Amino acid sequence: MAVTLVKERWQSRVGEVILGATPEQGGTRSHTITVGGDGTLPFLHFEGTVANRPVVALEVNDVEPDWSPRLKEYYADVINNPAAWAKKCVDEYGADLIYLKLVGANPEGANRTPAECAQTVKDVLAAVSVPLIVVGCEEAEKDNEVMAAVAEAAAGENLLIGLAEQENYKSITAAAMVHKHSVIARSPLDINICKQLNILINEMGLPLNKIIIDPMIGGLGFGLEYAYSIMERARLGSLVNDKMLAMPMVCTPGYEANRAKEANAGIEDFPAWGDLHDRGTMWEALTATSLIQTGASILLMRNPEAVKLVKQNIEELMVSNA
Amino acid sequence: MALTGLDIYKQLPKKNCGECGVPTCLAFAMALAAGKAALSSCPYVSDAAKEMLDSASAPPIKKIAFGAGVELGDETVMFRHEKTFYHPTTVMIRVSDNLSAEEIAARVAEVNDLEFDRVGLHYGVEGIAVTNDSGDAAKFAAAVSVASGALAENKSMVLLTEDAAALKGALEPVAGRKPLVGSATAANFEGMVEVAKAAGVPLIVKAAGLDALAELADKVVAAGYKELVLDPVTTETSKALADLTQLRRLAIKKKFRSFGYPVLAYTSKENPLEEIVQANVYLAKYASMLVINAVKKEHVLPLLTFRVNLYTDPQKPIQVEPKLHAVGDVTPDSPVYVTTNFSLTYYTVQGEIEASKIPSYILAVDTDGTSVLTAYAAGKFEPEKVADLMEKFEVASKVNHKKVVIPGYVAVISGKLKEKSGWDVVVGPREASGIMSFAKANFGS
Ligand code: SF4
Repeated sequence: MAVTLVKERWQSRVGEVILGATPEQGGTRSHTITVGGDGTLPFLHFEGTVANRPVVALEVNDVEPDWSPRLKEYYADVINNPAAWAKKCVDEYGADLIYLKLVGANPEGANRTPAECAQTVKDVLAAVSVPLIVVGCEEAEKDNEVMAAVAEAAAGENLLIGLAEQENYKSITAAAMVHKHSVIARSPLDINICKQLNILINEMGLPLNKIIIDPMIGGLGFGLEYAYSIMERARLGSLVNDKMLAMPMVCTPGYEANRAKEANAGIEDFPAWGDLHDRGTMWEALTATSLIQTGASILLMRNPEAVKLVKQNIEELMVSNA
Repeated sequence: MALTGLDIYKQLPKKNCGECGVPTCLAFAMALAAGKAALSSCPYVSDAAKEMLDSASAPPIKKIAFGAGVELGDETVMFRHEKTFYHPTTVMIRVSDNLSAEEIAARVAEVNDLEFDRVGLHYGVEGIAVTNDSGDAAKFAAAVSVASGALAENKSMVLLTEDAAALKGALEPVAGRKPLVGSATAANFEGMVEVAKAAGVPLIVKAAGLDALAELADKVVAAGYKELVLDPVTTETSKALADLTQLRRLAIKKKFRSFGYPVLAYTSKENPLEEIVQANVYLAKYASMLVINAVKKEHVLPLLTFRVNLYTDPQKPIQVEPKLHAVGDVTPDSPVYVTTNFSLTYYTVQGEIEASKIPSYILAVDTDGTSVLTAYAAGKFEPEKVADLMEKFEVASKVNHKKVVIPGYVAVISGKLKEKSGWDVVVGPREASGIMSFAKANFGS
């Protein structure tokens, strides 16, 4: 007896967003990366198009970050040189993109000027040929200045820049429009705020195919399930033609997973949790692989061993099951 | 799909005799649809109608119980936000009968020890799956016996062989453990059904490909057994995702009876990290049970933690008791922190305070299990409320100072809180990760 499979007929699909720009397109990247475009739930090839595989960006900071020693080991030789750090991520650790955080802009930290930050971005652009994601220091006023300078200095590169938030989206959206970049629209685990923010950004004139959603995930064991369900709902929304939810999604497993004690505490302190090395790797890897099951398109990561596992998982899931 | 009152009415005898306790067949049908009556109350309903109504009212995925309280299946939705997932994926560690008795005992001891405590929760794997890799019946029986002897009382067993006689021999001495057994295939199902039925234990039905699996499940049911777990033979990750999704969809959306049972999945990777990543896919997408090889704590803890996340009821955030909690050996000099009773927030704060090695009190405010920011936005972190709680739990009598630390995110309430409580209000860090340095700077000796 042949079983009749259940195949949903979705009316719509996730929007596609292109990251980066080649010389012909006004940038300097060797290639662009397209995310989104799926016409079904994640990896259900038997039902619809799985247009583009999820991609992994490795995080680079412009000042030495306060990461755990276990994580910093991977970058010990480049940690004070963002350009070399980025190059190592691409050449050795297989990063599809670079996620550059301009933490040094923070007025309470290194307090770098917008011009200095823009120079760092240029240095990284010169060091690698992959598309770039650039965010500021999470200090709203300073970020507005910094990202305006970055957007101008890298005009035409089609960076993915952030963060546009409900309270502070105008300046960065304007910078993206003028200098031809895309933006990350971040909303705190709330599907209505997420839609609202996309509408506001779009009303300013930035096309929908220039917006990526950041739903603000929690890490494994620390509220991951909230983002998991918000993201499933957003993906289902895209498939039933909710245009203001149909953008690809970016997630921060590198940051969230490594905040957890489980990714930092040694076996001496927690013998019942096992050895730290693999535990830390798995904490980040599973945060990422869980979220690609909900429809994440871009994963911002830190641990190269976790990246390897996640990329392999993606490759296996991209095999057709039709 | 649940039947409507009208669907049910069509199947009733329409005698309107009232013997069921309500005056008419229609009223009885309505009561049945609402779950307020049992079909057995009508003495006249035909057998054919009974069977149809029974199967229509059965849960889409049967609940299968075995071992020391394991329950599989009985799920009702595709996505957790639609309601919730009910029965967390059971995780079993594979124990091969190719191992020596000492190796088996050692491995089972490791399994017994796969129990974890974090964020106020305790969780572990459910037990072991002994596999007849040797193909030898006597070896299998010996391995099962050693494993059962070494296995903790609160853990459960799965016995896996395709030889009915080997199963019978191995099962008898451990029948008291009520193991799940398998695997029934197209070639051996008659013998396997007989053994499982006689012992009253559920049976795994195994076939590669959904068509073959449906056919075999139907045959096993026809042979008189319905305590089943389905094994679609997962080998390749993407294909397995598709099969597991179809099994769940057919059971829930189509009420396809052949697939109305819980489903198990096996991993196919040698490397434990790759294996756990693959298991994570199957756990996310619809496996009711997993059999894995990894047995190291650092590999199993992340997987089980994802399970906790996935099976948390979206309608009920996990909460801690709203009261004054002591962390470490508190003294009258100990600092007092205020946070919410949302378990994640609370335990993150508690973990940081523990790590600071400065014994402290935490006053957990009842915010209905929401985080600091959400609680504040919803008016659940008001200064009056915090002051009342400080009074209620007699914080003043516990410490010899009048200093209370509030989360950085609610700095705005500090003036009002000082006024209401008469205490000095110290604004702490926004994120729990800042507590360590904050505590050292403010309370370190
Ligand atoms: S007992 Fe049966 S036949 Fe009689 S009224 Fe009730 S439902 Fe109808």
